[in-house]
Amino acid sequence: MTVQTFDPGTAQRTGGLSRRELIKSVIASGAVVSAGALLAGCGPNGETPVKAGGVERLISLNVNGKVRRVDVLPQETLANTLRYRLGLTGTKLGCDRGECGACTILLDDLPVYGCSTLTHNVRGKAVTTVEGLQAADGSLHPVQQAFIEELSPQCGYCTPGQIMSTVALLKTNANPSREEARQALAGNLCRCGAYEHYLNGVMRAAQEA
Amino acid sequence: MSFNLIGKDFTPPDVLAKVTGKAKYSEDFRVEGMVSCRLLSSPMPHGLVRSIDATAALAMKGVYGVLTADDVPDQGGPSRSILTNEPKYVGDPILAVAAETDELCQDAIEAIILDLEPLEFTVDPLQSLYPGGPNARSDGNIAGRKKGAPYVKETKWSARDFAAAKEGELPMGPAEDEWLYGDLEVGFADSTYVLDESFVTQGLSHHALEPRSALSYWQNGKCFVHASCQSQSFPVPFLAGYIGIDPADLVFIAEFCGGGFGGKGTAYPEMAIPAYMSKKIGRPVMMRISREEEYFVGSARPGFQGRLKMGFSADGRVKACDLYIVQENGPDVGMNDYLSAADAVSLVYTPENMRFRGIPVQTNTPPRVPQRGPGQNQIACAVEPLLDKAAAELGISRLDIRTINTPNNGTLFGPKKGKVTSAYLKEAYEKGAEAFEWERRSKLSGQKNGTKVTGIGLGAAYHSAGYSGFDGLCVITPQGKLNIHTGVGNLGTYSHTATSRVAAEMLKMDWADCTVVRGDSRKHLPWNLAQFGSNTSYTMTRTNYVAAMDAIAKLKEIAAVDLGGSAEDYDIGDGRVFATADPSSHLTYAEAAQRAIELGGKYSGVEAPEDINPMTTRAVAGLAGTGLIGVAKDTLNQEGTVPAFAAGFMQVEVDLETGKYEIIDYLGVADCGTVLHPAGLAQQIKGGAVHGIGLAGYERHVYDPQNGLPACVGLNASKLPTILDVPSTMDALAVEIADPMNPVGARGIGEPVQGCAAAALLSALSDALGGHYFNRVPVMPDMILNVASGRTPSHKPLQVNTF
Repeated sequence: MTVQTFDPGTAQRTGGLSRRELIKSVIASGAVVSAGALLAGCGPNGETPVKAGGVERLISLNVNGKVRRVDVLPQETLANTLRYRLGLTGTKLGCDRGECGACTILLDDLPVYGCSTLTHNVRGKAVTTVEGLQAADGSLHPVQQAFIEELSPQCGYCTPGQIMSTVALLKTNANPSREEARQALAGNLCRCGAYEHYLNGVMRAAQEA
Repeated sequence: MSFNLIGKDFTPPDVLAKVTGKAKYSEDFRVEGMVSCRLLSSPMPHGLVRSIDATAALAMKGVYGVLTADDVPDQGGPSRSILTNEPKYVGDPILAVAAETDELCQDAIEAIILDLEPLEFTVDPLQSLYPGGPNARSDGNIAGRKKGAPYVKETKWSARDFAAAKEGELPMGPAEDEWLYGDLEVGFADSTYVLDESFVTQGLSHHALEPRSALSYWQNGKCFVHASCQSQSFPVPFLAGYIGIDPADLVFIAEFCGGGFGGKGTAYPEMAIPAYMSKKIGRPVMMRISREEEYFVGSARPGFQGRLKMGFSADGRVKACDLYIVQENGPDVGMNDYLSAADAVSLVYTPENMRFRGIPVQTNTPPRVPQRGPGQNQIACAVEPLLDKAAAELGISRLDIRTINTPNNGTLFGPKKGKVTSAYLKEAYEKGAEAFEWERRSKLSGQKNGTKVTGIGLGAAYHSAGYSGFDGLCVITPQGKLNIHTGVGNLGTYSHTATSRVAAEMLKMDWADCTVVRGDSRKHLPWNLAQFGSNTSYTMTRTNYVAAMDAIAKLKEIAAVDLGGSAEDYDIGDGRVFATADPSSHLTYAEAAQRAIELGGKYSGVEAPEDINPMTTRAVAGLAGTGLIGVAKDTLNQEGTVPAFAAGFMQVEVDLETGKYEIIDYLGVADCGTVLHPAGLAQQIKGGAVHGIGLAGYERHVYDPQNGLPACVGLNASKLPTILDVPSTMDALAVEIADPMNPVGARGIGEPVQGCAAAALLSALSDALGGHYFNRVPVMPDMILNVASGRTPSHKPLQVNTF
C-alpha cells in the first residue's frame, strides 16, 4: 500500500519528473519566463523580458485512452495542452504554480499537477483527466457518483482535482483509512472548505467500489 | 408547517457538471476568433502615469490593441476605476493589451514604455492619520460612502490625539462616523468590571480558487460577457453601467463561479475591460487573470485597529460598550465593515448603553470589498476573547456570560433601535452546549498531556440575512412541467435550487417535473438580489413563494372560467386544479397551461404586473405565450432586520513546545430558521468553519511598510487552511425555529458560520494558555510560543503588517 504524499517536488508525485527536472528542462528549452504564457500565470509586472518562442512539434499523446496528435511547444505544460489544444477544460488552473492541485491529472495512474508537468515528458505515458473517468456507456465513475451523493463540491472549481487524487488513491489503496484519505487529498486546496464532504466522498467511493 | 420538499436533501442539478468536468467557468469558454488580453498593472504602490508609449507594442505582429484609462469612463471620485492613470496599489491595472496569444500579450507589455512618477504611499492607517502623514490618494486619505454617495476627504489627527493614548492603546482622534444610545457614564458606573483593550484584525484576500478571467464579445448590438461572478441577475445593471450600455443589451453568463466569498458579489470594474477591448478591436476577447493578479484586482477584506471599553455587571450583563475602529480601507471607496461591526456588537451582546466611533483610512493596498461577514466576523474575533476575559474576572462561566447577553425577538439594536424578525442565538448556544457536552468538556481546560494542553472554546457571530422587494418568476408548461426561473448566482451553496424548490412546494409539484432555469440572462431570468450577504435563503424563498402564489391564483381563475363557479371554489394538488366540493371536476396543470396560452393577457405573460423590475418585465415578455406565467414582486410584510446567528464550540490541543495546535473537535450551530437543504447547510457550517479557522489562525495579508510591496502573493504564502489543518470530521446543528417574516420560515446563514468558528478557536487557544488574551488575529504559533515561554510578543500591540 502506498499513500500518495503530495509534495509536488518529489519524483513519486510527478511520476518520475521532479520539480527540479522540470525547471531544468524549461531552462534547456530556452524559454524560461514564458513557460505557461499561453494563459494566465505569466509573472507579475517587472519580469525580465524574454521572447516567447521555440518550435512547435507534433507529438502523440495518450489521453483518456485515445491517441491524440497535437502540436506542442517545448516549454508547454500538460495543463495548457489539455485545456488549450485538446479542449479538455475539466482540468482547472487555480494557481499555475503547483500550489492548489486543481490541475491534478493521472499519469500512468499516479496523480501529478498538470501545471508542473511538461507535455513533452508525458509521451508514452497514459494521461487521464476528469473527462476520461466515465464509462463508455456514460455511467459515472464510482468516485464521481460518491462525490454527488455526499454533496462534496461547493463551487466545484477544485472538484476535478479532488476527484483525480481520489481515483489515484483508490488505485493503490482500495480500502484507505480516513486518515490515509486525508493525506492523499492534502495536495488539493478547497477554499470553500468542503474538505470533510470530500473525505466522506472518498470513503463512500472506497466502500462502494 | 410540514413540507414535501423543503428541509429534504436533493441532488442539485449543477453538481453532475462539477464532477464530470463539464461545468464551464468563464475561462473555459472558447469563441471563434477569440484573442487574448492581459493587464499591465502598477509595479509601485502609488504613482502617476506621465506617459505611455505603446508604439513598439502595437507594431508587433499579432498585437491588436491597447486599452488605457483614456479609453474607458472615469468612475469619478474614490470609486474603483476600470483602468487608471493614478495607480494606488501594486497590481492596480493601468492598461490592457490584446494579442493573438497570452504570450504575445506579455511580449507586447514588455515593449511598452511606461513613465510612472512615484507618489507618497502608506500601508498603515495610523501613519496616514499622523500629522503630516502620507495620503494614499492624491485627493485625500479618508473615503467611503455616505447615504450611498462616495466621498473623499483629508483628515489628520493632532499630535495631542496621539499623545493622549498610552503605550499600546489606540489613539482616538476625531471620528468620521459616530453614534450613541443610552448614557455611557451611567453604564460604566453601574459596572462591576470594566475592561479597555485595543486590538488588531488583519485584512485578508478572498483566495477564490478561480481567478476572475472574463470573456466578452459583441453581436448584433449586444454585449456578451462570460464572467466569474457569484451572482446572476443583480450584476447586470451595474456591469451595463460600467460598459455604458442599456442593461437590456447585455448578455451576462455566470452559470458557474469558482468561489467568491464576497469578492465577486456583483459587477466589478475589471469585468468591463474585455468588453471595451472587444469593442475597440472588433474581436472576441478573453482577459485572463493570473493567480498573482487575483491577489491585486481580487480585492480584500478591510483590517481593523480598534479599541473596546466594556463594562459588565457582576452576573456578566454588558452595561456599557464604547467602541472605536480605525479601518484600513484600501485605495478607493472601500467597504463599510467598521459600521457593520458596530451594529453587530450592539445586536450580539445587547449592551444597555453604547457609543461607536470609527474612521476609514485609505491605504495603498488592494481594494477593500465585502468578504464573508464583512465587519461582523472581524469584530467577533476582537470581542469574543474579551468576553472570556471578563468571565474569568467575574468568576462566571464563559457560556453564561454569552447567554445572558444574547438578543431575543424583542431586542432593539443599533443607534436607530431597529427590530429583528426573530433571534434564537441563546437557543443555539443551549443546543450546542448540550450536544458538545460543554459542562463536561469545560473541565478538560488546561489538562496536560506531555507537552500538550487542552483548550475549550466557544463564540458567536452574526450577519443580516435577508431582504425583500425582488421578483419571482415561474412557468407551468403545456406539458404540465414547472420551470422555475431564478436570477440567483452559483456561489456553490446550491441555494439557487434550494430556494426554487419553494415554488415547487407551493404548487405541490413532483420535483422530477421541475426545472431550475438559471445561469444566462438570455434565459428570461427575474430581478433577484445578488448571492451575497447571507440573503438568498430568505430573499428568494419569498420571491419564489409569491411567484407560485400568483400561478396558483391563475390556475384557480382559469378553472373557474372553464368549469364554473369562482376561483375560491378551487384547490390544487397532484398536478391538478380541482373543485374543492367535487375533486373530479378539474383541469390538469397541462390543460390549465394550455388554456392560459389561449386566454392570453396576464395568464400567458402577454401582460405583466406593473410593479416588477424592468429586467423581470423583459423576462416575462420573452416567455409570453409559452405557458401559465407566475410572476410577482415580493411585497410581503417585513418588519425589522433579518438576522443570522451562529454559535461555535471547539476543543483544541496546543503543543507548548512548538506553538502548533490540533483542532480536536468542532460543532457549529446555526440559527437560520427553517432548514431548506440539510446537506447544503452542513456544507456551509463546516466550510465556514474552515474559513474561520483560516481567519483566526492561519491566513496572512502583509504589506512591506518600507516599499508598499505585497508579501503574501500566492496560496502558500498566504497560508489558507489545507485539509490537514482542520478536523477530519466536524459537527453541524441548527436551531430550526421558523422566522415569522418568511413564508417558509427560512433565513440565511453563510457568513456567521465563519465568524463563530474563528471566535471559538480564539477562545479555545486562550483557554489552553491559562486565559491569555491575544489582542489580534491571526494567532500564530510564534505568538503561542512566546506566551508559553513567558516572552514578550514580537510585535507592538497595534502594529499592522506583522508576520
